[in-house]
Amino acid sequence: MNHLGFEMEKVKIGSFDFTCCEGCQLQLANKESTLPDFLALLDIRNFREISSERLDDYDIALVEGSITRPDEIERLKAIRGKAKVLIAFGTCACFGGVNSLKNRIPQEEAIREVYDNKAVETMPSMKISDIVQVDYSIPGCPVSKDEVEQILVGIVTRSQVSLPTYPVCVDCKQQLNTCLFDLGELCLGPITRAGCNAVCTTGKTACLGCRGPAEELNMPAFLELIKEKGLSLEDLHEKLAFYNAFEPLATDET
Amino acid sequence: MKRDYSLDIHHLTRVEGHANIQITVRDGELVDARWAIVETPRFFEVMLKGMSAERVPFLTSRICGICSISHSLASIRAVERAMDIVPPVVAEKTRLLAMHGETLQSHALHLFFLIAPDFAGTSSVLPLIQSHPDLVRAGLQLKELGNEISTVTTGRCTHPVSLVVGGLSKAPDKERLLHLRAMIQERKPALETTCSFFHTLTIPAFSRETEFISLSNGSTYPAIGGRLVSSDGVDREENDYLLMTNEYTRDFSTSKFTRLSRESSAAGALARINNNYHLLHPKAKEVAESFGLQPVCHNPFMNNIAQLVECVHILEDAEELVNSLLESDLAEIKTPYAPKAGKATGAVEAPRGVLYHHIEIDDKGKVTKADCIIPTTQNNGNIHDDLRALVEQSLREGKNDGEITKLCEMVVRSYDPCISCSVH
Repeated sequence: MNHLGFEMEKVKIGSFDFTCCEGCQLQLANKESTLPDFLALLDIRNFREISSERLDDYDIALVEGSITRPDEIERLKAIRGKAKVLIAFGTCACFGGVNSLKNRIPQEEAIREVYDNKAVETMPSMKISDIVQVDYSIPGCPVSKDEVEQILVGIVTRSQVSLPTYPVCVDCKQQLNTCLFDLGELCLGPITRAGCNAVCTTGKTACLGCRGPAEELNMPAFLELIKEKGLSLEDLHEKLAFYNAFEPLATDET
Repeated sequence: MKRDYSLDIHHLTRVEGHANIQITVRDGELVDARWAIVETPRFFEVMLKGMSAERVPFLTSRICGICSISHSLASIRAVERAMDIVPPVVAEKTRLLAMHGETLQSHALHLFFLIAPDFAGTSSVLPLIQSHPDLVRAGLQLKELGNEISTVTTGRCTHPVSLVVGGLSKAPDKERLLHLRAMIQERKPALETTCSFFHTLTIPAFSRETEFISLSNGSTYPAIGGRLVSSDGVDREENDYLLMTNEYTRDFSTSKFTRLSRESSAAGALARINNNYHLLHPKAKEVAESFGLQPVCHNPFMNNIAQLVECVHILEDAEELVNSLLESDLAEIKTPYAPKAGKATGAVEAPRGVLYHHIEIDDKGKVTKADCIIPTTQNNGNIHDDLRALVEQSLREGKNDGEITKLCEMVVRSYDPCISCSVH
């Protein structure tokens, strides 16, 4: 790839998916207007969903999905062994995601409910960092292609890579939205990490916290707000549990 | 020719999800042909239990990264029918337009990224960027248009934001609808480029008679709700989805199988066209005729052409829907409702075929039971049986191992299987 007369080396990349909907990988093929330039930056070595190439030398591994079966642990460790940089890609990889909702009941019961007596292997949903070291995390359900582009370009050009530390409310205010709390809705925007452009609240639906906790958050004030507005704690718990991204907060502080 | 041949494709590429193809031929006779899905199950039916009905579409959309709008709308339809909620007309039109966006995006992804490389003899679409620049540009233009339709109607192209029980949380923006109308008109030539390319390809000659299942409403090409029909003459109402599917498990697959009048059946673009040909837009019919696609077509490779024909239908119908929304005042978008006990099925035509969500709700508005039956699940039996028939035909025709391997991969890809979706 040539930029301003400088030849840039392509980065060898692999994209791998575990227990998930593959929606985050799909974002790699979205945002078609910049897709040819984005692809020109990458040497795709292994990406089963779109390519029959299966090469084992890659510098960056994007890992999507959560881990719910023993064979996935072995596959993940093998990928970690080959990659210089491993990125937890999407909410399932970063936090366990919606798959974690099945952790509430014994796994044998879940199997019986869906498969009757058929022998099926599963275990409680785990995030990638429960198994291997994660170098970067890109949360989101699905990930935002803008952010993926920024982070990959950052890694390729050896620049500083970081996620916003402030909550979704900052993004939401920039969109000039009416606060959902003022419309009587309980929204996790005040405690969730920004960077999504407040896409859900702009569509007038409550934030369910797919990007996980913001670093600068005021939990006591958030709980006070819910109390003051007379909103349901049951609703709060259902929302906090949705992506498994607030587990510690849910047990410690609410 | 008496020969041995064995094919074991571990994690087939250029499909959504993880599955294997296993074929064994001994002394020139087919011993075994399997379509073995090994995807990890996710247990969405378990996750849904106890959830508030209003939150259900936000969870079920996560069943699939490609057809999240279909999952969201199947759940919404089930919940609305269970609680006797009638959404406003504007919401219904917007939802239909959203489905068109999703199907266009999904078909374009399949036609350009997943199957075009088979015909061009490359491992992925990437080398085609250099060798077939006009074709790739056309593909990206159509895929982008599909995503833009979904974004304007639902707030985001994957995992919709504003599709809610009762209607919409936010109306589509008029400025963006105007822009969308121009974009649809501007991108029709991209579809012509695509048709010209597909006219140059040789679709493998293979046919195996089967039963085609789809929705049908008698007046418009099917999308959301309707009768459940088959090309063998079955005709049932939406809540009778269990009688259409008869799900069962097989020891080599984590995805279930279904059957209706025969051992296997098919859902998807070809099934929709076979059962609803007369309801296609005239321009889509013209394209179907130019490819020799007439009902009832039993060649599974023609599902690719059926998807292309549907893209033509979608662009025409989407343009009419955008015009109709632009003429509406877009004020009434959501019907207010209170929690109520009930149970119902919501059926929609997802890009890969008819999708059923069945939901039961208690008087507090919480889900007590859920069941989701996915299009790919309904195609598993057909894929499995096609592999067997295709290998037998190829052996008779004296095809070599490489040719048989390629045909087996291609027939599976023709169904555009959504594997992780089927093992939800």
